[in-house]
Amino acid sequence: MCPGRTFVQAGFFYGLLSSGRGDLVREARFRMATEQSPRGDAAPDQGARDADNPRDSQIATFGADKPLKLDAGVSLSPFQIAYTTYGTLNADKSNAIMVCHALTGDQYVAQVHPVTRKNGWWETLIGPGKPIDPARYFVICPNVIGGCMGSSGPASTNPKTGKPWGLEFPVVTIRDMVRAQAMLLDQLGIDTLFAVVGGSMGGMQVLQWAASYPERVFAAVPIACATRHSAQNIAFHEVGRQAIMADPEWRGGRYNLEGTNPRRGLAVARMGAHITYLSDAALHRKFGRKFQDRENPTFSFDADFEVESYLRHQGITFVERFDANSYLYLTRAMDYFDLAADAGGTLANAFKGTPTRFCVISFTSDWLFPTSESRATVHALNAASARVSFAEIVTDKGHDAFLLDEPEMFGIVRGFLEGASRARGLTAKK
Amino acid sequence: MASMTDFNAAKIARTAGGTRVDLVLVSQMVARGAKVLDVGCGDGELLHLLGESRDVDGRGIELSRAGVNECVAKGLAVIQGDADTDLGDYPDDAFDYVILSQTLQATRQPRVVLEHMLRIGRHAVVSFPNFGHWTVRLQLLFAGHMPQTDILPYSWYDTPNIHHCTIKDFVQLCNQIGVKIEKAVALNAWGSPLRLNAPWWFWNLFGEQGVFLLSRKASRPAD
Repeated sequence: MCPGRTFVQAGFFYGLLSSGRGDLVREARFRMATEQSPRGDAAPDQGARDADNPRDSQIATFGADKPLKLDAGVSLSPFQIAYTTYGTLNADKSNAIMVCHALTGDQYVAQVHPVTRKNGWWETLIGPGKPIDPARYFVICPNVIGGCMGSSGPASTNPKTGKPWGLEFPVVTIRDMVRAQAMLLDQLGIDTLFAVVGGSMGGMQVLQWAASYPERVFAAVPIACATRHSAQNIAFHEVGRQAIMADPEWRGGRYNLEGTNPRRGLAVARMGAHITYLSDAALHRKFGRKFQDRENPTFSFDADFEVESYLRHQGITFVERFDANSYLYLTRAMDYFDLAADAGGTLANAFKGTPTRFCVISFTSDWLFPTSESRATVHALNAASARVSFAEIVTDKGHDAFLLDEPEMFGIVRGFLEGASRARGLTAKK
Repeated sequence: MASMTDFNAAKIARTAGGTRVDLVLVSQMVARGAKVLDVGCGDGELLHLLGESRDVDGRGIELSRAGVNECVAKGLAVIQGDADTDLGDYPDDAFDYVILSQTLQATRQPRVVLEHMLRIGRHAVVSFPNFGHWTVRLQLLFAGHMPQTDILPYSWYDTPNIHHCTIKDFVQLCNQIGVKIEKAVALNAWGSPLRLNAPWWFWNLFGEQGVFLLSRKASRPAD
């Protein structure tokens, strides 16, 4: 999310949060989580609908003849993938770019989101005149398996019971997500992707694509990611999961059946995670120690500070569009990600003999997926003799920088894709 | 490690087409279609030249972030890295040629770098400013200060060039570590190659730059 953009609205949401009476400490404590947004109680119903029939989205269904074999040892069948596309597939089907979304992203990469009404989450990168221009490329953005915007996940209806899967949904991995995406590609009749692009969890999918289907990926752009989830990152995820599970409304994961919604827990999980997407410098620059709409402290647990108000806003808006169980599943998938372990302990073996060309990008202030992780990826790719570019971009915006206005990143992605498209014969050589 | 971007700032001899003469010479030492690693590739001028004129599969390492990002935006396969620390990550025989253009003198451990280059690549191409050039010698001898020339424009206190050597020194190092000199050219201040049959002392005095094509002397013993 863009701190700059969302913060403008934080004051408005603060109005919802504030009791206006600073002495009511007990009431104010977790007000943020119990207050309803303007959408109110309609959200769970709409959420359930989006989980099966997302608005403004295409759906690919896979019947009993095409089960998704999962790393957990079970098969998912039938299942569906919700996705969006932009641009036109060319005659020899060589201009397809798959965009993989991050943990809390979805398929609405370059169009208005049906729930939040905000612009697509990567319209900085994808669109007319942008580095990924639908006038040249056929862009596919699927919702991941385990997600909650139309691809099969814990919020979807279990066809066997007619009720939401909940925790009955099998645990999925990044490799399962990519396996499903490859099946989507088969169904679309596309053999090879010109490029796979993604940041964070999306970047993990990019790396998994290159490792699982090297012949189907001409170019890969993994941004702000790693080939494995670090202990620290697993720890952060566990805090988020515990926040959800500690919410009495979670009901052992059966909230959809029992008509509750663990908003409070999910919002806290989001607040904690959101801090890891920023940086100390960015928080200081944006908020510092400034008070929110007041001159003096209220001597209460109200959101006195701007940064508190901002985080509460992040929490509240997130629960309107995201399913708590889905959050559990997707964080788990990231935790399990470890390409080296899948390749017998040596990361380079995951990419041995790869024909894919890579462009690895990291950000100086990203402490969730620090440059050292990207460098380890680059070392492994070098050891595998892969054609790899690597750039570290100076910014104080932290992990979220990949979603923000970073002209240097755009220049690099544009240049890399230009070079790759010449090599691919999509554009005439200079 | 200096980047070529710095070096570019100096007045360097260029061809009518605007390409640096020393880079043209380096590129001519590389076989067509070869797999090449350019260490300290700067803004990618040599990699671009190699791609255009020799059809090579080129990769680069560059220390400066600005240089790397410029290269990648041009579509070149370049990573940010340091010759002194990152060459160890490359496997043996990964490249046909490893090039070190105007960077040797800026490395912390020139000998180790050179050894890595010939481990990673079957050939190495090294170009460097010759500190034995007569203008350098005269400045030190008569003016009594650290030499500054067109290709060595820095003051002593801010130069990235910490390991100057002469052509003679470099030849000695090659002999010492068992490297075969396949081809050597010295360029004068105008970028023209000196007479081929001139003796080493002549090159060492009148060559402003040395450009060497190296290979391993014998196949390395199996380890």
